[in-house]
Amino acid sequence: MSDVALELASITKRFGQLTALDAAALRARRGTVHALLGENGAGKTTLMRIAFGMLRPDAGRITVEGAERSFASPTDAIAAGIGMVHQHFTLVPAMTVAENIALGGRGRFRPVQIRDAILALSDRTGLAVDPSARIEDLPAGAQQRVEILKALSRDTRILILDEPTAVLTPTESRELLQKARELVSEGGTAILITHKLRDALEFADDITVLRRGSTVWSGSASEATEEALVAAMLGGERLNTEFEPNAGTTTAGAGATVLSLQNVGVRDTTGVERLVSVTLSVHAGEIIGIAAVEGNGQRELLRVLSGRMKASNGEVRIPPVVGFIPEDRHRDALIQDFSLRDNIALLGAGARRGVVNWTAIGKRTRDLIQDYDVRAPDELTPARSLSGGNQQKLVVGREIDGSQTALVAENPSRGLDVQATAAVHTRIRAARDAGMAVVIYSSDLDEVLALAGRVVVVHAGKVSEPPRQYDSIGRAMLGLAVK
Amino acid sequence: MAFVVDMLVHATPLMITGLAVAIAFRAGVWNIGADGQFIAGATAAAWVGVSAPVEIRWLALIAALVAGVIAGAIWAAGAAWLRSRFGVLEVISTIMLNFIATYGASFLVRGPLQEPTHVYPQTSGIVSGAHMPVLVSGTRLHWGFVIGTVLAAMAWWVMKYSATGFKVRASGVNPFAARSAGLIDVSRVTTIAFVVSGAVAGMAGAIEVTGVTFALYENISPGYGYTAIAVALLAGLNPLGVIGTGILFGALETAAGTMQRNIGIPSTTASVIEAVVILAVIAIAQLRANRVTRTV
Repeated sequence: MSDVALELASITKRFGQLTALDAAALRARRGTVHALLGENGAGKTTLMRIAFGMLRPDAGRITVEGAERSFASPTDAIAAGIGMVHQHFTLVPAMTVAENIALGGRGRFRPVQIRDAILALSDRTGLAVDPSARIEDLPAGAQQRVEILKALSRDTRILILDEPTAVLTPTESRELLQKARELVSEGGTAILITHKLRDALEFADDITVLRRGSTVWSGSASEATEEALVAAMLGGERLNTEFEPNAGTTTAGAGATVLSLQNVGVRDTTGVERLVSVTLSVHAGEIIGIAAVEGNGQRELLRVLSGRMKASNGEVRIPPVVGFIPEDRHRDALIQDFSLRDNIALLGAGARRGVVNWTAIGKRTRDLIQDYDVRAPDELTPARSLSGGNQQKLVVGREIDGSQTALVAENPSRGLDVQATAAVHTRIRAARDAGMAVVIYSSDLDEVLALAGRVVVVHAGKVSEPPRQYDSIGRAMLGLAVK
Repeated sequence: MAFVVDMLVHATPLMITGLAVAIAFRAGVWNIGADGQFIAGATAAAWVGVSAPVEIRWLALIAALVAGVIAGAIWAAGAAWLRSRFGVLEVISTIMLNFIATYGASFLVRGPLQEPTHVYPQTSGIVSGAHMPVLVSGTRLHWGFVIGTVLAAMAWWVMKYSATGFKVRASGVNPFAARSAGLIDVSRVTTIAFVVSGAVAGMAGAIEVTGVTFALYENISPGYGYTAIAVALLAGLNPLGVIGTGILFGALETAAGTMQRNIGIPSTTASVIEAVVILAVIAIAQLRANRVTRTV
């Protein structure tokens, strides 16, 4: 049997205009934990979906244990000995552990046999679960164990774990990663998708780094240094030339404090701390940029700042109405079936009483359409019929052009083309110049730097303010010491 | 003329329960319980109408109608509370409450509220002061039909022009955007719409008792609250449209009875026609929606 368990060579994958993977490569040796590192959107998950047969590559070769393969579906990949644990749970909450593990198998469901098989597997791997427990009653760590057992139950020799620790507490995460190490000692192979540098260095044998769809670094973990990996992940040179590098530094002179948080904490419904003792103030006439790797609490921070979420503790001082541009425009910003006018009427709808002045709102909508260059026939057009860029321009207009004194924007240029992005940026800068207090988060650090005068980093629910430099911010985002 | 009167008399409960369903559905609340709320309203109205001490016209009638409204609202409020507090699906809770209302009314007309001779499973007749005035003298057509039409027009106006109506529509179509972009208290808005929906259905029950039956019987509702769903959907959840579709369904049911009596066509034929109409309307709506998305 070959020493290489899984080899992906020159994998290219395009989605329309976007090249998600550009000749990406990965070589996972038998009996090792292999970490696949990269920023958000670097193509890690896409590459692994190709390895698991969920996507077909446009070019490139997949070799499993020495034999070249072509997967039409995950069923083929499973037959070849590959298992995958997805970033989000794929379990049926109302069903038991045994039923979930049996799900997707063939033939009859034999409860006793399944139970025995799970207990045997559980014994062998040390992943303790109760086969008769219902998924919805289990904590996240136990659900993750079930996911792994499910993947292993199909004679899996290569296990792909996509951000397995994203939903786990720090203790659960360490246990899980240690378990992964034990599993490979029996000759299996684990591929760990992560953006946590420390996890990769501590638990992996080999590391592959992806950046913007290409493999930019690969080698053994013992040879890797934090510096080399940070440089590889973030890139030595600027790749994205869309944004003016220092356009954000011109702050129009900070005014009074508009948004202020004092020791604010947020716990989610399961009791996990998403924000820990955050203190932050935003002044009139400045743009504060938030930089963070997905899932570090920036989502909660933006919602607390905009009054869309209540803090669990601490003191929050914000104006009654804060403009908010959410990341998921279709779900949170617009009602697709409503007309443009009715979408503009959403602003302040919660506090409105009596009769709606549709004439005034109609006029306001026409003005916004004109001022913000929204391409729409008239104000009664349904929002659904507008392109993403035009929808976003309308949202930006609504959230800026009113009595608001503060604006919170989350990935405001997501899904927009270059022109629409530039238009949105111009508006956000104009809002700052007009004296609004602005907070902007973008998963693209270049965009944050293009707009913000100050950059605040959120890592593991805590905020810090490193020097406004690419490298320092990058290190802080990954939770490393800032030099 | 007799047919028109019968049609409108039949249409009244369908129209008002249809309106109740439309209000709830607009708020994204799947109130399948208009039938239970109708029965609760009818029961309360009958109880007040039977035991009203005074024969003063209007006062007894108004008391009976108010009792019906309150009973319907309470019947819906139970499900609304379960929904907002524990996330219990209203589709299930309202159906269950329908059974409780149906058999609860059965128990009452055979027990505590049974007429004094204890022969028939029904209450005594309500006092004459609680009778709904007749609209066209010499016919059964009563003012309930007018009340229903006015209610529908009011609901239409509220939905279209008032801040409250806008909150209801926004919460129903996209609760996420209503919450995030509109800062609307979606849970509060939908709960209120749910209770109002129950109140309207309760009103329908009270109108039926005070205008048509003058007593509470077992099976006072032959499933009005279920047909109401078809009435509301066929109207595209538009309160004004409910007037038209309510009359259409009233006509179908009246005609079904007449046809069976006169020429022996099974009255279930009307149900078949109703179902075909609904399917056709849904199919056309879907075809239109598909065409829109395809051209974009």
